Amino acid sequence: MKNKYVQWLFNLPYLLWLALFVIIPLLLIFYYSFIDLNGHFTLANYATYFHSGTYLKMTFNSVWYAFLVTAIALLVSYPLAYFLHQTKHKQLWLLLVILPTWINLLLKAYAFIGIFGQNGSINTFLSLLGIGPKQILFTDFSFVFVATYIEIPFMVLPIFNNMEELNPSYINASRDLGATSWQTFIKVIWPLTLPGVKAGIQAVFIPSLSLFMLTRLIGGNRVITLGTAIEEHFLTTMNWGMGSTIGVVLILAMVLIMMITGEHHRKRR
Amino acid sequence: MRKTFHWRNIYIFVMFILLYLPIFYLIGYSFSDTKTMAHFQGFTLQHYDDLFNDTRLLQIMLVTLLVALLSSLLATLIGTLGALWINRVSRSLARNTLLSLNNILMVSPDVIIGASLLIFFTCLHVQLGFWTVLLSHIAFSVPIVVLMILPKLDEMDKSMLDAAADLGANTWQTLTRVILPYLTSSILAGFFMAFTYSLDDFAVTFFVTGNGFETLSIEIYSRARQGISLEINALSGILFIFALVLVIGYYFISLHTQRKRNR
Repeated sequence: MKNKYVQWLFNLPYLLWLALFVIIPLLLIFYYSFIDLNGHFTLANYATYFHSGTYLKMTFNSVWYAFLVTAIALLVSYPLAYFLHQTKHKQLWLLLVILPTWINLLLKAYAFIGIFGQNGSINTFLSLLGIGPKQILFTDFSFVFVATYIEIPFMVLPIFNNMEELNPSYINASRDLGATSWQTFIKVIWPLTLPGVKAGIQAVFIPSLSLFMLTRLIGGNRVITLGTAIEEHFLTTMNWGMGSTIGVVLILAMVLIMMITGEHHRKRR
Repeated sequence: MRKTFHWRNIYIFVMFILLYLPIFYLIGYSFSDTKTMAHFQGFTLQHYDDLFNDTRLLQIMLVTLLVALLSSLLATLIGTLGALWINRVSRSLARNTLLSLNNILMVSPDVIIGASLLIFFTCLHVQLGFWTVLLSHIAFSVPIVVLMILPKLDEMDKSMLDAAADLGANTWQTLTRVILPYLTSSILAGFFMAFTYSLDDFAVTFFVTGNGFETLSIEIYSRARQGISLEINALSGILFIFALVLVIGYYFISLHTQRKRNR
């Protein structure tokens, strides 16, 4: 009996963490999505969200940018993971792919301010070619480029790990049976690495919906993602109700993505 | 065969240049005798000198390290207890529920974690600052620790526990002499992950920091919004070395774990 009591004493810290920092905050954000600026319980936030075109347009844009970032990252990362998988010392190479994620995200964004800026390296180069300085920073392009840059390692990692699990005898069998490299890829390698691809999509798409610091620093407020909108409602206009409503939309988007791609979790943020 | 080999290496090479160019660009300009990241000129350590004389920034760095250290230590403690709990739960429904709840903060976007914690702290009338940042960092680090420890715990040979019990060990002795030594490398890896998550975090901190308390990420953000200052470049040079040391440390921990597993 006493043992049981001690047992629960051991569970208590984790239980408290679950209750205080997971369940209650999540319930609070749902609750606040029904509170208007005057503190009344109402559906007005949802009505505003669905009726005013701006919110829907913003959501659509955010999903579109996240889609672009995810698609480009996948396009670039899949071959990289595939090729790295074939090299000697592949664990070391993988470590080198992951290393940039250990550099603070803000510093990487800051580097691109220097590279893309009005007097930055690319514009200096363009001037030398006689094309003249172009507006690169604070455009949709720069946002998508930098976001993709930041997300690539998170796409490579799950695909690479998946390839490691792939049994090479399948590939040999496919070759022995007379399949061309392309057929082997389409019929054997791609289907077998699909779980890794799904994990990668999940790891990239959801954060891409909420990268508000990049939209500020690189997108120059031209790009507004769901994350930017939430940050603005919570910290600038202090309309927590509306912010929570957008938060709930983001949570629903997240659940939807996870249902499509199956449950995984991101190893590094 | 030879030709594909060639293309493969070119692709890897180009991708690595893309991945590292911005970082080395950043660090490169920390030695430039200019005010902006355009037209590299001369070689100077002036920006490093400025950095080490910037007491405000140094203080922020210390506080950031303190938050990372405290939050990862506490998260490791809570997470280890959590993993032990989840491991003990045998009914699959209860276990899956616990695991799903555990993973909520792993998959949630940072803005959601930040916003919901901001509401939570405000409802409790907690003054935003050091403590709210520390609590939030603990909050998002706990599930990582659990996920680092649980697989190892699940593959533990249960006969070890029986043997300990047969030899007359009580629960506490079994925990401290059998289970925890077995878990050491996973616990260390969990601590390490929690530590780097805390150091890197920007979005969650941004929501719960209020006025007057800043971590390094917040400071970099506000300086970057004001424009280029090569002191930040010097800072990234230092942080790059730091990250390199952390990665190498982590690499050896995981190597050690793998070797143990193979044995």
